[in-house]
Amino acid sequence: MINLKINGIDVEAKEGSTVLDAAKEYGFDIPTLCYYPDLRINSDCRVCSVEVAGSNHLMTACSTPVKEGMEVKTNTSKVYNARKTITELILANHDTNCTTCARNLNCELQDLANTLGIEENRFEKVLEMDAVDDHNPSIYRNPNRCIKCGRCIEVCKDVEGTYVLENQGRSNEVKVAPKYGKYLSEEDCTFCGQCASVCPVAAITEKDDTQRVFDAINNPNKHVIVQVAPAIRVAIGEEFGHKSGGQWTGQLITALKRLGFDRVFDTDFTADLTIIEEGHELLERVKTGGTLPMMTSCCPGWINYAEQQHPDMLEHLSTCKSPQQMFGALAKTYYAQSSGIDPSDMYVVSIMPCTAKKYEAGREEMQSNEGMQDVDAVLTTRELAKMIRSQGINFNNLKDGEFDTPFGITTGAAAIFGATGGVMEAALRTVSEVVNEKPLEKIEFEDVRGFDGIKEATVELGGNPVKVAVAHTLKHAETLISEVKAGKSDYAFIEVMTCPGGCIGGGGQPYGTTNKKRIERIESTYRVDDSMPVRKSHENPTIQKLYDDFLEKPLGKKSHNLLHTHYHPRHKKV
Amino acid sequence: MPEQKMLTKRIGDINPLSIKDALEKGTYKQLEKALKMNRIDLIDEVEKANLRGRGGAGFPMHIKMMSTAKQESTPKYVVCNADEGEPGNFKDRYLMENDPHIILEGILIAAYATGASKGYFYIRGEYNQAISIMKWAIEEAKENGLLGTGIQGSDFDFDIEIRTGAGSYVVGEEFAMIESIEGKSGRTRVKPPFPTDEGVFGKPTLLNNVETYCNLPFIVDMGGENYSKIGTKTSTGTKLISLSGNVTNPGVYEVPFGTTVREVIEDLGGGVPNEHKIKMVQLGGACGPIIPEFMLDLQIDFERFEEFESKTGAGAIIVMDERQDLFEVLMRIVKFFQHESCGRCTPCREGHVHLEKLVHSFFKGDGNPNELYSLESLARVMHHSSLCGLGQSSPISIISSLSYFRDAFHDRMAFGGGEK
Amino acid sequence: MQLKEVLDKYPQSEDYLIEILMDYQKHKMHHDLTEEELKTIAKHLDIKESRVSSVVTFYSLFSLEPKGRHVIQVCHDVPCHVNNQTAVLNTLKTMLNIDVGQTTDDEMFTLEYTSCLGACDKAPVMRIGEKTFMNLTSNKVKAIIAEYRGRKHA
Repeated sequence: MINLKINGIDVEAKEGSTVLDAAKEYGFDIPTLCYYPDLRINSDCRVCSVEVAGSNHLMTACSTPVKEGMEVKTNTSKVYNARKTITELILANHDTNCTTCARNLNCELQDLANTLGIEENRFEKVLEMDAVDDHNPSIYRNPNRCIKCGRCIEVCKDVEGTYVLENQGRSNEVKVAPKYGKYLSEEDCTFCGQCASVCPVAAITEKDDTQRVFDAINNPNKHVIVQVAPAIRVAIGEEFGHKSGGQWTGQLITALKRLGFDRVFDTDFTADLTIIEEGHELLERVKTGGTLPMMTSCCPGWINYAEQQHPDMLEHLSTCKSPQQMFGALAKTYYAQSSGIDPSDMYVVSIMPCTAKKYEAGREEMQSNEGMQDVDAVLTTRELAKMIRSQGINFNNLKDGEFDTPFGITTGAAAIFGATGGVMEAALRTVSEVVNEKPLEKIEFEDVRGFDGIKEATVELGGNPVKVAVAHTLKHAETLISEVKAGKSDYAFIEVMTCPGGCIGGGGQPYGTTNKKRIERIESTYRVDDSMPVRKSHENPTIQKLYDDFLEKPLGKKSHNLLHTHYHPRHKKV
Repeated sequence: MPEQKMLTKRIGDINPLSIKDALEKGTYKQLEKALKMNRIDLIDEVEKANLRGRGGAGFPMHIKMMSTAKQESTPKYVVCNADEGEPGNFKDRYLMENDPHIILEGILIAAYATGASKGYFYIRGEYNQAISIMKWAIEEAKENGLLGTGIQGSDFDFDIEIRTGAGSYVVGEEFAMIESIEGKSGRTRVKPPFPTDEGVFGKPTLLNNVETYCNLPFIVDMGGENYSKIGTKTSTGTKLISLSGNVTNPGVYEVPFGTTVREVIEDLGGGVPNEHKIKMVQLGGACGPIIPEFMLDLQIDFERFEEFESKTGAGAIIVMDERQDLFEVLMRIVKFFQHESCGRCTPCREGHVHLEKLVHSFFKGDGNPNELYSLESLARVMHHSSLCGLGQSSPISIISSLSYFRDAFHDRMAFGGGEK
Repeated sequence: MQLKEVLDKYPQSEDYLIEILMDYQKHKMHHDLTEEELKTIAKHLDIKESRVSSVVTFYSLFSLEPKGRHVIQVCHDVPCHVNNQTAVLNTLKTMLNIDVGQTTDDEMFTLEYTSCLGACDKAPVMRIGEKTFMNLTSNKVKAIIAEYRGRKHA
C-alpha cells in the first residue's frame, strides 16, 4: 500500500492506482469529463486537475499514479479556478441549446457546469456551426456538440479496432470525424454505436426513431407489435434509477402495453428458433464438408464488419438471419396469416440494445413481403426509456405483465443470447443433445462464459472432440479471423459479438455502461436462465409447434425463404 | 564579457561538407576516447559536468542518460531534436549547417554510453539546407566507419537516420516527436512513462536537443570537473544565444552561463541601431518572458530564469525598440501558438483563441477591467493546467507583460481604464 | 515522379508515412495530395486511411488542395515583424494581387504565412518552394517575383 495525503488527510492507496481512485475511496469527488472507466486514459480535458506539492503545474488526477509521501490538494482556489475556466472554455465552443438537446438533464458537461456553479461564461462564444451527419439509419453525429474528449476515438480504435473516428486537423480547428470529414455512411462504420454509448454529450447519439413509433401507435389502422431483445430486461431498470444487475422483464412488458403496443412479444422466441436453424446448419456443414468454421450471424455490427473488411470470409457466416429479423419475417407471414391481419397493416417495432439493428432492419434482404421491411422501426433501450418517461409512465410502480402469445414462450437458452458466449452455449446445449441423443449431464458450458476477449471450449459431439471459440469486440474477432485466414484455426464454430460483453453491453444500452456493469448484467442474465423452466431451445414447445404448423423442418424450404439470408461484399467508396 | 567559443570554435574554419576536414581538425577524437571508457564512468563525467538540456527545459542530461542506460529492454534509441521552430531561435540550424560532425560525434558518445543502437535525427521540414548537409554528413560518416557496425574498431554498433518534420512546432515536445517518428500526428502522450522508459516504438529512448549533444565531446575532452568550471555554479558550460530583433549585429553567439542579457545585446550585438532605445526584450523564444530594459542585467542562468516561472528556453534574445507595440507583438505570439497547438488538451486548444481575442481588445484600445482579469486568469490556468510544454509556456509572454508592462494594459482600456 | 517510385524508395513500414508524404508532395506540380493517392499509400503501408487523413490534416506542410506552382511563404513571427515584415508582405500582395491564403489566377503563385524559418538574424524572410530569401526589402521582393515570373516562359 502507498501512503499519501489528500487534503491533509492520511490516505492509503493500492500501488498502481491513481490519485482519482484514491481520492474517491476517501470521499473526495474530483470532477472528470474525458475520463471513462475501461478506456485508455488520455487526460485531455484537464478537468480533474489537482495540486501536488512540489509542482507548480497542476496534475490530472485520472492519469497521476499515487506515490509514497505525495501531498495532494483537490479543492484549492487554484484548482477550482482551473476547472471552472476549462469548463467555460468548452462551453464557449459548444452548442449550448441545452433545452432542445437529446442529452438535456442527462449530460456530463451540463452536470459539470452545474457542479462547478457556472452561471455565466466570461468567454465569448466562438462556435462555428458545422453540418450534422444524419446520413445513415443508426448514428447521428452533431459536431457542434463535440467537446473533443476523445472517448469515441478510443472506443473505435482501441476497443473495437475499427479506426473510423479520428482526430482530424489540429489546434482549435481539430475535429473528431471520419477521414477527410466524410459521413459515417461513406466509411467502414459498423454502426455498433459504442461511440454513442461513451459520448458525454449529444455529439454522437443513436438516430432517434421514437416519433415514428409514436405515429404508428397513434394510427388506428395499424396493428403495432413489439419485440424485446433479451438484453433489454437486464438493463432498462438502470434508466429508472436502479443499480445494474437486476432484471425488469415484468415491468418492461407492462410499460410497453401502456405505451399502446397491440402485442408485446419476446425476441427470445426467435432466439430459440435461431438456435434450431443455426445448430442444424452447423451439423449440416460438418456432415457435408461445408465451410468451417461457421461464424454466428446474430450481430449486425459484426455482419457489417465482415462485409466491409473480410468479403472473402462471407462463406463462413451462418446464413441464419438474426433473431430480430427472424421475428420480423415470422410476424409479417406466420403471425399475419394466423391472426388474419394484412401485413401491410402491421407495424413491427423492436427494442434492441443496439444501434446497428436499425441498419439491419433496413437491409433490402429483410423483406418477406415484396417492398415491405419485416421490421419497421428499431428503438434502443435509451429511446424506449425516453418514450416511457414522456408518457408519464412511472416505471418503478408498474406491476409485472406477461408476454403475449404466440411469441412469448421462451427458454433459458434464449435468455443468455445477450451475454458474450450465450449464443454459443445455447447452441451447444441443443447440438450436443441432438447429436449425442441423450440429455446433457451438465447444462452449463462454463468455458464459454466470462469476460475474456477470446474464449474457447472443446465439446464432445458423437464421440469426436469439436473446438469452438467466442470473441467479443471486433478487435478480438479480428484475431480469430487472422487465425482462420492463416489456416491456423481448427474451430468448427465461432461466436462473434461486436460489443464488449455482448448485447448487454450494446451501443444502445443506458448511458454509463462500464465493464463492471456489463459483468453485473451478464450475471443477471444467467440468473434469468437459471429461473426458466425450460433451458434448451429445442425443448421450447412453441418452437416445436411452429415447425409442425408452419415451417415444417429446420433448414426446410420455408425456413430457407424466411429465416436465412445472404451477404454482400461492400465496395468502399473513395 | 566576450564570447567563449567552444561548440562553435571551429565554425568558419571547417568545411561542413568534408568529413576529411572535420577529422583533420580533431572531430571524432573524443568518440575514440569515449569508446575506451566504461559506459557508466562516461555518464559520471556528464554528471560531474552538470550538463543540462539546451532545448528549453534544462533537464539534467546525466539523469536521462543513466535512466536509459539501465533499461534492459532493447533496442534503445537516441533521438536528436533538431525541430527548432520557436520564433527567434536559429542556433541549431547554425550548428547543423556549419559543423554537422560535432553533432554526430556527440550523439555517438551518448549512444555508446546508454547502449543505444539506433538513432533518429529529427529536423524540421522547413530546414532544407540543414537536412541536405546532415544527410551528407551521415553518408560520409558511414563511409568512414563512424556509423554502422564496429565503430572505430570497437564492438559498438550504431546507425542513425534523418526524419523530417512536416510543419508542426509542437513536435519539438519529446513525446510529440516520438509520435512523429512513428509516422503519426504530433500529439503528445500521457506521462509517465517517460521516454527513457518507453519512447520510440515503446523502447527506451534518450531524446535531446542538438546543442546538448554537442557538449558531450567537450566533456569527454576536458573531463566533467573541468567542464563544470565554465559558467556559473548551477549552470555550467556555454550557451548558444540566437540574437535577433532590433539589434545592430544579430546572429548566434556562444557565451558562458552567467553572461547578462545586456552584455549579449550591447557588447556582442552592438546594441540597438539608429539611436533607437530598447523597449522590451523577449527571452528564450516565443514562449519566454518579455522583460523591460531595466531588467537586462539578468544573468543567463537556469535558476534565474525559473524565477519567471519560465525556462531558459532554447536561448533566444529578441530585442524590440521603442517603435514596437507590445500588443501587436503579443498578438503575433499568441497567433503562433494558437496555430501550433496540437488541439489535444482543452486549455491549449480553446485557450489560445480567447487569449487572442482578449489581447486584441487591448490592441484596439478597447480593453476593460473584466477583460484584464479574464486575460490574467486564463493565461495562468493555461500555464498551470496544459498537458505539455507548449500550452504551459505559451502564456508566459502575457503573464510577464502583465507584471512588467501593466500600465500599458491600463492605457489601452476604453475610457482610460478603471482599475488603476 | 510517380507515386510508386517514391514508395519504392522507402522501407514498407508505417513509420515512413510522413517521409513518403513529404517526398511525394514535393514532386507534385501543385503541391497537393489527393484522396486516391493517400489511399494507395495507406494500403502500401498497411495502415488505416483515417490515420493518414489525421496526419495529413495535422501537419501544415501537407495540403489536400492544389496550390500555385510556386508557394510563397512569408514569416510573420516577432523577429520578422519588428524588422518591417509588413512592408514586404504588402508588396507581395500588391504585386500578386492576392491576399494571404490565395492563389493567383494563372496558378503561378500561392501566398501563405509560415511559422518561423529560423533565419531571424536575417529578418524579414520568406521562402519560395525550398529556397529561403533573407534580409528582404520591398525592392528585393519585386526583383525576386519578377525573376520567377520570367521563368514562366522559360
